[in-house]
Amino acid sequence: MTDTLIEGLYREGEPIADTKAPPGDISQKWTTRQFEAALVNPANRRKLSVIIVGTGLAGAAAGATLGEAGYQVKSFCYQDSPRRAHSIAAQGGINAAKNYKGDGDSIHRLFYDTVKGGDYRSRETNVYRLAEVSADIIDQCVAQGVPFAREYGGLLDNRSFGGVQVSRTFYARGQTGQQLLIGAYQALERQIAAGTVQMFARHEMLELIVVDGKARGIIARDLVTGEIETHLADVVVLASGGYGNVFFLSTNAMGSNVTATWRAHRKGAYFGNPCYTQIHPTCIPQSGEQQSKLTLMSESLRNDGRIWVPKRAEDCEKDPREIPEEDRDYYLERIYPGFGNLVPRDIASRQAKNMCDEGRGVGPEVDGSRRGVYLDFADAIGRLGEDAVRAKYGNLFDMYERITGENPYQVPMRIYPAVHYTMGGLWVDYDLQSTIPGLFVTGEANFSDHGANRLGASALMQGLADGYFVLPNTIRDYLAAGPFERIDEDHPAVAEARESVQGRIQHLLGTNGTRSVDSYHKELGKIMWEKCGMERTDAGLREAIEQIRALRADFWANVRVLGTPEGLNQALERAGRVADFLELGELMCIDALHRRESCGGHFRAESQTEDGEALRHDDEFAYVAAWEWGGDGGAPVLHKEDLVYEFIELKQRSYK
Amino acid sequence: MRLALKIWRQDGPSDTGRMARYDIDGVSEDSSFLEMLDLLNEQLTERGEEPVAFDSDCREGICGTCGVVINGEAHGPERTTTCQLHMRSFKDGDEIVIEPWRADPFPVIKDLVVDRSAFDRIIQAGGFISANTGSAPDAHATPVPKEHADRAFMAAECIGCGACVAACPNASGMLFMGAKITHLGELPQGQPEREARVVSMTAQHDHEGFGGCTNLGECTRACPKGIPLNVISQMNADFRHAGYGRR
Ligand SMILES: Cc1cc2nc3c(=O)[nH]c(=O)nc-3n(C[C@H](O)[C@H](O)[C@H](O)COP(=O)(O)OP(=O)(O)OC[C@H]3O[C@@H](n4cnc5c(N)ncnc54)[C@H](O)[C@@H]3O)c2cc1C
Ligand code: SF4
Ligand code: FES
Repeated sequence: MTDTLIEGLYREGEPIADTKAPPGDISQKWTTRQFEAALVNPANRRKLSVIIVGTGLAGAAAGATLGEAGYQVKSFCYQDSPRRAHSIAAQGGINAAKNYKGDGDSIHRLFYDTVKGGDYRSRETNVYRLAEVSADIIDQCVAQGVPFAREYGGLLDNRSFGGVQVSRTFYARGQTGQQLLIGAYQALERQIAAGTVQMFARHEMLELIVVDGKARGIIARDLVTGEIETHLADVVVLASGGYGNVFFLSTNAMGSNVTATWRAHRKGAYFGNPCYTQIHPTCIPQSGEQQSKLTLMSESLRNDGRIWVPKRAEDCEKDPREIPEEDRDYYLERIYPGFGNLVPRDIASRQAKNMCDEGRGVGPEVDGSRRGVYLDFADAIGRLGEDAVRAKYGNLFDMYERITGENPYQVPMRIYPAVHYTMGGLWVDYDLQSTIPGLFVTGEANFSDHGANRLGASALMQGLADGYFVLPNTIRDYLAAGPFERIDEDHPAVAEARESVQGRIQHLLGTNGTRSVDSYHKELGKIMWEKCGMERTDAGLREAIEQIRALRADFWANVRVLGTPEGLNQALERAGRVADFLELGELMCIDALHRRESCGGHFRAESQTEDGEALRHDDEFAYVAAWEWGGDGGAPVLHKEDLVYEFIELKQRSYK
Repeated sequence: MRLALKIWRQDGPSDTGRMARYDIDGVSEDSSFLEMLDLLNEQLTERGEEPVAFDSDCREGICGTCGVVINGEAHGPERTTTCQLHMRSFKDGDEIVIEPWRADPFPVIKDLVVDRSAFDRIIQAGGFISANTGSAPDAHATPVPKEHADRAFMAAECIGCGACVAACPNASGMLFMGAKITHLGELPQGQPEREARVVSMTAQHDHEGFGGCTNLGECTRACPKGIPLNVISQMNADFRHAGYGRR
């Protein structure tokens, strides 16, 4: 480890040498790994226990599968039912290399597209495996009764999505996430009925229990009674989703949080690539200060809508229908004539921000600036007729009208980018095991598979791949070493974890300061969005770090949380989550600051080509940044995992 | 906007509860109903009064977490979820009465939050297809006619919010249950367990204390996803069929 602080902010530790992927050709690695993983005899499985935090696609699929296999599973979620996990909100679809259209798709092509889409910052081995098991996911879901869209002949329909040239996206109207999650939820409920899975809804994990260096349980709060409970097991799986809510305004569900992964990070699990955030270009813009969340509209709208802003700032307040053609700037079509309105997400998002920063944004003024651009269907309505447009996008248009009160058949829609997904998360090896033995991490909670940018329809694929197929095979190898030594509830490590949770709750309730939890969350969100959002600069990030530190100190001295530790206390729940976001935010900024290159969802203003495109520096930054907790008040330690590309050649992405 | 809110306050499951009145000002027409409650809670916190507990998560109308009775109607005056109801549906100066879902099988936890775990137990009783992971045949091995797939999808759109129960004078959960039975019953994959499913789910439904359907249709009027009443007919048909089958 370096002795001195780099930039006054962090130290550098030993590189990560091995991700434990088996050697050999990429197409054989997963087969080899499954074969080499030790088996657990069915009679011994019921003696082994697994805790799974999260019931989204990743957690519900894992719970159902491990329950079926005969392990004793305890599942946790903070909602009132596992069916409500945030995966339910995904609209677009799920990718799979089925080649049902005979258009040249293959495992290798899905693998290639995903690595390229991730701007060459993901691991080849994991992505290949993801592509490999993708086809099984669709079979599994269909067997469970997931009602995917079908053609008249009764076979499954596909569409192409997110700038890919093959049709490999399976979908269930605009509700793919809901239907996939209901499938996994039903499989989980089946195991609950069978007694293999015990469900703890309205329970929040607040601490990880580590005994002799191994993850052995969690401390959870029963959100209804307020009781602090200890749950012990042989192995712990975190499937607790992403941390996009650090920005306050995002498309994530209100309760999405970083607590589960952050608590594990503080106990020794490395945090990978925290600064990689996916920004989605077609969200409904913010309308005012009272807003609590942003709503995404399917990207498919960009297939027919034309994006523009007025050429002159003076026109921004005008009714858009009164702005003549020659006074409009169809900026994507102008700058990227080849791809036009269909450029990838990061490019579409950044250009919208540029237009608004130039003062040419449209819509209501929030915080002194207009943040919106037009997405105009007038041409499409003229060309195809209103009925055809209604048939294609009717539900999205209705949703837009419900939220904004404007009729998009008559007035152009307004859109703006919003935070949508986080590619960072706990670092895991090929087995999905974190740097704490016995702690596995799946779905959006881990950092793997998407690199610096996630292609559309890939997160659902990863969640289910991890939950149904990858984890059940790799965790078995770990469990085969059991049965593990029994742990008592009064073990010092358990007592320490409980006390730290109780202490934190008491502190939050006892401060009785002057500011509400939400006001801190909003302020943090603004700092993050302005300085660690779509575009980052050296100076901005340094300022953000100072501001976050000050805000955190103020939070612990001045927060007001009313009520008691007993019973349902939603302000207390939020306070705990915001406290963790206030620590994560700083790490995100440090990570963003140290990565002096632009890649995927990470755009560093200092690293761009002459015409303003993202410029990677593969010679310096082709690695995963895995951060180790440096202790309270200490500096984080950076461990680098070099990304080695054996099967794919690194290229600059270009959409010009 | 300026509004007078009458909100059900109940400290916990054993408290009897009461209506409380709050006046609120400065509500934006563009905010959602839940954002209006957020604003109220900020003001209550400032005054040192405990905020009103209510459930929500996605705030996009898809997770089914939110739901309150607004002026006597489940999810309020429009056919949508509470989170997607916007304040422009109300007028400046309105009085709004806000209560939790009212039904015996949905006991109140606190204020506007109720316990809907009975719905999960109905699903546990058979609302699934028994398909173990990793043994599925190729997805194209069994074609599904489009009309069946579409009808299955329509029924599968239920978000499990519970508005149907709250709206029903009998507190019947049959729209919810019928939706699941129709979803799975429309698909070839759902056939082997079709009869057993309807029998065991219905038994669980009754055991939880939900009432029977007397065809009033309040459920489907309140349903934010437009689940039609005929899913209940399909459920009844399956139930009769299962009865004859066993005799
Ligand atoms: C609006 C929207 C649209 C999207 N559309 C698409 C799409 O079309 N295609 C695609 O591939 N991806 C899409 N995504 C991304 C994708 O939906 C998510 O990445 C994915 O569903 C995450 O699944 P998960 O299982 O990892 O986590 P989640 O579904 O977020 O589940 C997290 C679980 O963890 C639990 N949990 C969290 N913290 C705790 C705690 N401390 N204690 C106890 N429980 C806890 C929660 O209760 C929940 O059960 C979309 C995302 C959004 C926001
Ligand atoms: S049937 Fe409709 S009202 Fe009832 S739970 Fe489902 S979505 Fe809600
Ligand atoms: S909060 Fe999810 S449906 Fe209303």
